[in-house]
Amino acid sequence: MATQSLALPQPAIATRPLVDRLHGWITTVDHKRLGMLYIGYALLFLSIGGIEAAAMRIQLVRPQDNFVSPQVFNRLFTMHGTTMIFFVVMPLAFGFANYLVPLMIGARDMAFPRLNAFSFWLTAFGGTLLYFSLLGANGLYGAGNAPDVGWFAYAPLTSRTFSPGHSTDFWTLSLLVSGFGSIGTAVNIITTIVCMRCPGMTLGRMPLMVWLNLIMAGMVILAVSPLSAAQIMLLVGRYLGGHFFDTQAGGSAVVWMHFFWIFGHPEVYVLVLPAFGAASEIIPVFSRKPIFGYAVMVAATVCIAFIGMSVWAHHMFTVGMASNANTFFVLSTMAIAVPTGIKIFNWLATMWGGKIAFKAPMLFCVAFLFQFLVAGLTGIMLGAAPFDWQLGSSYFVVAHFHYVIVGGILFTIFGAFYYWFPKITGRMYSERLARLHFWLFVTGFHLTFDFMHIPGLLGMPRRIYTYEPGRGWDVWNLIVTIGVFFQAAAVLVFVLNLVTSWLSGEDAGNDPWDAWTLEWLTTSPPPPYNFADVPTVRSRRPLWDLKHPEDPDWKYE
Amino acid sequence: MADLRGRVGMFCFIAAESAIFTIFVVAYLFYIGKSVAGPTPADVLHAPIVLTICLLSSSLTIHAGVKALTKGNVAAFARWWLLTLALGAVFLGGTAVEWHRLIYVDGLTIHTNLFGTTYFSLVGLHAFHVTAGLAGLALGSILALRGYVRPVHASRSDVFSLYWHFVDVVWVVVFLVVYVAGR
Repeated sequence: MATQSLALPQPAIATRPLVDRLHGWITTVDHKRLGMLYIGYALLFLSIGGIEAAAMRIQLVRPQDNFVSPQVFNRLFTMHGTTMIFFVVMPLAFGFANYLVPLMIGARDMAFPRLNAFSFWLTAFGGTLLYFSLLGANGLYGAGNAPDVGWFAYAPLTSRTFSPGHSTDFWTLSLLVSGFGSIGTAVNIITTIVCMRCPGMTLGRMPLMVWLNLIMAGMVILAVSPLSAAQIMLLVGRYLGGHFFDTQAGGSAVVWMHFFWIFGHPEVYVLVLPAFGAASEIIPVFSRKPIFGYAVMVAATVCIAFIGMSVWAHHMFTVGMASNANTFFVLSTMAIAVPTGIKIFNWLATMWGGKIAFKAPMLFCVAFLFQFLVAGLTGIMLGAAPFDWQLGSSYFVVAHFHYVIVGGILFTIFGAFYYWFPKITGRMYSERLARLHFWLFVTGFHLTFDFMHIPGLLGMPRRIYTYEPGRGWDVWNLIVTIGVFFQAAAVLVFVLNLVTSWLSGEDAGNDPWDAWTLEWLTTSPPPPYNFADVPTVRSRRPLWDLKHPEDPDWKYE
Repeated sequence: MADLRGRVGMFCFIAAESAIFTIFVVAYLFYIGKSVAGPTPADVLHAPIVLTICLLSSSLTIHAGVKALTKGNVAAFARWWLLTLALGAVFLGGTAVEWHRLIYVDGLTIHTNLFGTTYFSLVGLHAFHVTAGLAGLALGSILALRGYVRPVHASRSDVFSLYWHFVDVVWVVVFLVVYVAGR
C-alpha cells in the first residue's frame, strides 16, 4: 500500500514586520479583527477599573483608614463606574456582537465595515479621553484631575461653581464621543441582521445570540441618544452659560436625573441582553438539547426591551416624586420580573433532562442562573418604593447592581470567552486553569457581594470614603475586601489562561463543542471572508442538519 | 441589496436622531414659562412662515432630483439639488437674521434666561442638522455638475434625501413647539 504524498515545495512565508502587522490592525475594517480590538480594549479597561475597585476596598477594609484621601476616593468611584459601564461591558458586548453576528447569520462582514471601524475608534478615543483627564483636567484653576462627580453626575455638582477645572468636561466629552461610537455600532448591527442573512436564515431561525443583539442594538439607539442629548445640555451649561440644570435660574436638577436614567436603566438591559444571548447559545450546547421555548425567549426579550424603557425613575424614589409617579414606576419595575422569570425558566427547562457537560463555559452559565436570580430578587425589593426609601443609596444598592453586572453579566461573558475562544484563536484553552478561574471567582464574588448587602441593611451609605468603628460594619467590610483578592487572583488566572493557551494550546478544530450554529461551520480562526461558499440554512440548527442527515431538524420545524 | 442596506442604516440613524431631538423638545416643553427673568417668547418670537415654506418645499425639490436621477437625467438632478440647496440656505440665512435680531435687538442669548437656553439649543440643534444637510447637498450638486454622478447613484441620493426629509419633519415639530405651543 503505497501512500502517495505530494511533495510540494513549501512557499517561504516571511512574517511581515511588526510595523506592517500593527498597521494592518489599525486600518482594519474586518468585523472579526474589530471584534477582537473591542474585546482587547475592554480587557485593558477591566484591569484598570478593577484596580480602582481594589483601591477603594483597601481604603474601606477597616474604619478610619488612610490609604487614599477623600478627594481621591471620589475620583476612584467615579472612574470605576464610568470605566466599567462604558469602556468594559459595552465594548465587550459590541466585541462579541461584531465577531459573532456576521458568522452566525452566514454573512461575510458587517453591513458597513468602515462605519464599524469608525465606531470602534470613537469608543477607543472616548476611553482615552476619560483617562487623559488625569493629565489635562487641571485647567487654569489648578483644580482637580480625574472626574469626581459620580458616574451619574447629578446636578448641580457638575456646574462650573462646584466643578471648576476640566474634570467634568473630560467626563462628559468622553461619554459623548463613545456614545456616538455606540450608536454607530448599533446602526451597523441592526442593518447587518436585517439585510445580510444567508439564504434560508429567516428571522425565526436566527440563533438567539443574534436575536438578542438585534434587540440590544435597538435599545442602544433609543437609550444612548438621550444620554448624548443630556451631555450636550451639560456642555451648553458649562461652556455657554445655559441654565438647563441651574435651579437658581428656574432650571431643574431633577430633569438631569430623568434624562440620565432614561439612558441609565435601559443601559442595564443593553448590557445584559448580549449576556443572555451567550447563555442561550452555551446552555443548549452543553445540555445537548435545543433551546426550550425559542419563540417565547424572543418574545420575552422584546417585552423586556419595551418595559425596560419605562422603569427608569425607580432610580429616583428617594428624590421625592409625586405618588402616582412612584406607583407607576413600582408597577412597571415589578412587571419586568415576569419576562425575565420566563427566560430563567426556559434556561432551566433546556437543562432539564439534558446530558449536561460541566465544562468551563457551562459552569459560568450555571453560576449566572443562580446569581442573576438573586440579583433579580433584590431588584424586586428595591423596586418597592417604601423599601427603597429605607435602603436607596446604601451599600445594599451597591451589592444589588454588582450582583447584576458581575454575578449576571460578567460571569456569562467569561463563559462566552471560554466557549468562543477555540473559534477565535483556533486553540483550546486549559480546562484546568479555567476551573481554577471559576472557583476562585465564585468564591471571591460571593465573599464580596453577598456580604456587601449586610452593611447596607445596617445603614452604611454608598460613596463614603471611611466610617467610624463600632457601628457593626467593620467585620463585613473586612470580608468584602478579602473577596476582592480572590477575584483579582481569578482574573489573573483568566488572563494567564488566555495568553498561554493562545500561544501553545492544543489545536481546537472547527467545532470542538459539537455545536449547531453557523460560526462552527468555518475554520478556526475563520478566514477573512468567513465562508468560501455562502451557506444555506433550513432550520434553527444548521450544523445538526449537516451532521444528522437522517434526522434533520427541518422535518419538525 | 446595497440599496436596502443604506435605507435600513439611515432609518436607524434617524431613530437615534429622533431620540436626541425628543429630549431637547421635552426640555423645551418642560421649561415653558419657568424663566425667572425676561424676555419671554411672546415678546420676541415671530413665527417664520416664509422660511418654513422654503424648508418644507425643499423636500419636494430634493425628491424631484432623486426621481430625475432614477430616470437617468443627471442635468435635471443637478438643477433640482441646487434649488434644494438654495431653499435650505434661505432657511438657514433666515435663522441667522432672526438670531441676530434676538441677540442684538432683544438682548436674548443662551445665557440670558431659561427660555434663551432652551430656544437656542433646540433651534440651534436643528440648524446644525440643516447645515450638515446643506454640506451633503453641496457635495452632491458639485459632483453632479462636474460629471461624476451617474444613474447608479440614484439609490445613494435617495438615502441622503431621507435625512433631508427628516430634517424637515423635525422642523415641523420645532415650529409647533417653539412658535405655536411655546408662545
